[in-house]
Formats: sequence, C-alpha cells, structure tokens
Amino acid sequence: MADAAVKSPLATARAGTSDAEIEARAVAATRRRWWLVIVWRLVILALMLGSWELAARTGFIDSFFYSYPTAIFARLWELIQDGENGTSLWYHLWITIEESLLGFVFGSAGGIAAGIALGRNKFLADIFSIYIKVFNAIPRVVLAPIFILLFGLGMTSKVMLSLVMVFFVVFANAFQGVREADRAMIANAQILGASKWQVTRSVILPSAMSWIFASLHISFSFAIVGAIVGEFIGARYGIGLIIQTARGLQDTAEMYATILIILLVVLVAEFLMTQIEHRFAKWRPAPFSEAGA
Amino acid sequence: MHSWAELVIDMSNPIDDLADPAIELRNVSRRFVSPDGKSLTAIRDFTMSVARGEFVAVVGPTGCGKSTTLNLITGLAKPSSGEALVFGKPVDGIDKRIGFVFQADALFPWRNVIDNVIAGPVFRGMAKAKAMPLARDWLARVGLAKFETLYPHQLSGGMRKRVALAQTFINEPQILLMDEPFSALDVQTRALMHEELLSLWSLSKASVVFVTHDLEEAVALADKVYVLTAGPATVKSVYPITLPRPRVVSEIRYDQNFIDLSRTIWNDLRDEVTRGAARAAA
Repeated sequence: MADAAVKSPLATARAGTSDAEIEARAVAATRRRWWLVIVWRLVILALMLGSWELAARTGFIDSFFYSYPTAIFARLWELIQDGENGTSLWYHLWITIEESLLGFVFGSAGGIAAGIALGRNKFLADIFSIYIKVFNAIPRVVLAPIFILLFGLGMTSKVMLSLVMVFFVVFANAFQGVREADRAMIANAQILGASKWQVTRSVILPSAMSWIFASLHISFSFAIVGAIVGEFIGARYGIGLIIQTARGLQDTAEMYATILIILLVVLVAEFLMTQIEHRFAKWRPAPFSEAGA
Repeated sequence: MHSWAELVIDMSNPIDDLADPAIELRNVSRRFVSPDGKSLTAIRDFTMSVARGEFVAVVGPTGCGKSTTLNLITGLAKPSSGEALVFGKPVDGIDKRIGFVFQADALFPWRNVIDNVIAGPVFRGMAKAKAMPLARDWLARVGLAKFETLYPHQLSGGMRKRVALAQTFINEPQILLMDEPFSALDVQTRALMHEELLSLWSLSKASVVFVTHDLEEAVALADKVYVLTAGPATVKSVYPITLPRPRVVSEIRYDQNFIDLSRTIWNDLRDEVTRGAARAAA
C-alpha cells in the first residue's frame, strides 16, 4: 500500500487545499486511469485482429487453416441468416444452452446437496470418500460415447454429460466449504438454540457459499464442454454439430465463428453469475478502493 | 397447599429443586484421544459448584483446559468420568437455559446486527415479527440502537462484542458461560465492556462462569475465583471475593482490598503459570 501511495499519479496538494478539492482530483485521476485502460484494451484488440488479417491476406499464414477475421465475421453473418442443416442458428444455439443449463442446474444442485450431506456427516464421508476419489479419476469426456449409447442422440445424453462434468467440481467445493465452516460459529448457533437442520441452513450453507460460488463460475463452462463434446459424438442439433459439420466441409471460418458464439455465451453466463454472487455477498467487506490513496 | 402459580411453575419444571446449585462438576475428568492413539488429559478430578446468581471466575495458565470445563457444562463435550450437573440434573445435550459468549468472533457475518440478535429466539421458534422489538430493546441496552442494519465487518471489535452480548442475553439465560470473551479487545474497550457486563448481569441475575487468564479481570468481576493448575487442569484453590457491589470496574483496581486479594491469588497462580510455561517449552 505504501508503494501504491508513492506511485499515485496525484501530486501532493499544497498545504491548505480543501478536502473537496483533493477528493475531486482523486475522482478525476481514477476516471482518467479507467479510460486509459479501455483505450489500451481496444488498441491491443485492433492490433491482434489487424495483424491476423494482414498475415492471412499476404500469405504469411495459411488462410485455409487459420482463416482471418473478415472471413469469420462474414461466415458468422451467413450463419445467422441461413442457419445450418436447414435449421436456424438460434435453434442450434438454444439446444446447446438448454443442455448445458439443465446439466449445470442438476449437476450443481446435486453437488451442493451431496457436498453438504457428506460434509456434515463424518461417517458417510469416510465411507464414500474412496468411491468419490475413484469416480473423480475418470476423465468425464470418455463417458460421452457410453452416454450416447445409453441415452440416444437426443438431449438427454448431453445433459447427463454436462451433469457429471459439473457435479464433481461443485461437490468438492461444497464439501470443503462445509468443512471450513467456523467451529465457534456453529457452536454459537447450537447454544442459541439451532436444530441440526437450522445449523445447516443458517450457518453451514452461507459460510460454504463463497466456496460454492467459486466452483459455479468454472462449472458453467464445464457444462458447455459437456454439451458440445456430446454433440461432437452424435447429435441432431447444437453448436457441437455445426462445428462437426464445418470440419467435414473443411470450413475453418465457420469453426472460428462458432467458437466466437460459444465464447459470448460463456461470458454472458459469467457476468450473470457474478451479479447473483454480489447479491448474495452484500455482507462481505468491500475492498477499499485504491482511488485517491 | 400449593397456590395455582406455584403449581404452574412446578409443572413446567418438575425436577428443578431450588436447593440445587446452578452448576456442579463432581470429580470430572476429560481425556482426548488423538487419531494416532495418544491420549491427553485436559482436566482431571475437577470439582466446582456455582450457586444461583453467583459470578464465578476461572483463572489458570494458558492452555490448561479452562475452556473444556465450559464445554462440559454446555453439553458440547461429555465428561470421560465424573458428573456434570445443571440445576441438579446431569447435562444431556444443549440446555436452553444456557448462554455462551465466545472468545472468537462468533457472530454470523452474513446477517446484519439485528438479524444476529434475533437469531436465538427465531431458532427457538419465535416469529420474526415478535423477536424484532425484543432485539431492538436489547440493542438499545448495549448502546447499539442506531446500528441495527450494519453488518459485523462494519463494526469495531468492541461493538461486535456488544452485539454478541445482546445475542446471548435476549435468550434470557439462567446460566451464562463466557470463554475469555474480552481478551481480543484493547484495554479501554475491555474496561467499558466489564461495566456493561456487570450492569446486564445485575438485571438478569444469571449464574456466570467467566473463564479468563487475566487475574485482575477475574477479581474485579467475580464473587468467587477458581485458580486452576497447569494442565491437566484441576482446582488448586478457591477465593471468595468480598468486594462490595455494585462495583465500578475502572476504579476498583485502586482499592486496597482489590490489590491485596490480587496479590494473594497471584502468588498462588504464579507457580502454575511458571509450570505451564516450562511444560510448553519442553
């Protein structure tokens, strides 16, 4: 902190400068810095896209494999207009999102429930820990072909794959979160009169919440991975199917275009998750802003 | 013949005989066995009695097993041998008549001040709407009326302790257990909290067991001071504190009786502290 203060862009004001004036300067400095960050971000984006485009156009990289930004955006526009396999892009996208959402919701609900149940019960935890370790050692994507056989080409197989991808991550964090719950706080609730269920609901769950949220952030992208891998193996609709089709047609621009779509979906999901987390975490100390420090 | 009122009281608590002390520990021992099979005796042949409405302080060297005695009374721990009695009945699970103030911050950080204070009554089945005015009342008594919507992290250590006191007292405990409750506070805040505690206690007339390693705190607050030996803890000696009440804690330390008593007890305690320190270093 001391270093930050020394490096602060604010020059030390003359003695006798009013607090309001110092504050105003600090606010202005913060705003200036924020704009600077944005400008640099845009510059870097333009540089990256520009050099990619240039390299492909001049033949420095093979545009067949690497494609280039304008071709990708053009292909994306076509996809939006015409769809793929006679079905609109939005329907494909919705199928993938639906599969991921269902897998995410059921997987994380199951993970939280199992994590809390085992975290609260040492005996159950001792019995099941070995099985959880064993199942956790299976790379989840190898289950994809089995699930396609088991549940068919429809949505169920992808939902199940998403579900197992999400479950273990959330489970592990929920379990750890329960274990880390403060002993004094639990004892306090018990003595104040809380039943076992009340302790779980009003002490264990809220204190495990930050652990659980940390896992939810990554697990939505896991859910998407599950859905798309499932669609690679066999599907009638979905973003994974579009990518698979594009590979068959050696249409790299389309493959990059679908990556762009998925990337946007995950970013939006991440944003929503952060909003929800903030609502839950209003009790946490806000970090002090460095502005004007 | 019983009057109606007496009958009602008798029926609500049939076995509670007023002659029984509030708390009794009879030759209690508590051993822990660690996962690798070693056993550790926290307290041995511990005997203590707390009368109704009495303020007892327990002092002893750090880590001697003072907190274990409190856990035996709450029912959070069971004695390995001996008997723990509350109002004449063996401790069996958590007793609703007991309140506990912790050394560590045990408030729920995700609840604001007033939601922390209503926790006890609501856990015990009171409607939230009914608990709110009660909680406001207790917050006013600890001087935090204006802070009910703040979260614990927005309060100072002393304010958090006040919330903890309100949270405990709202349940109207007949037995109040305190485990070095003020040890994390600075000296001035601690003195204020002592006054606060004594005034709350004088209204509630609960029986108190106050565990501390601070001898002056013990003498200033208590009716009776138990000095424990270095672990495994057992009672070394018991001193009645005859200083008159009401006491002004911030001034009592200059009272000659206080000084004499503190010196006598310290002579007793010093050996144990030295032994405890030697053991810790070994």
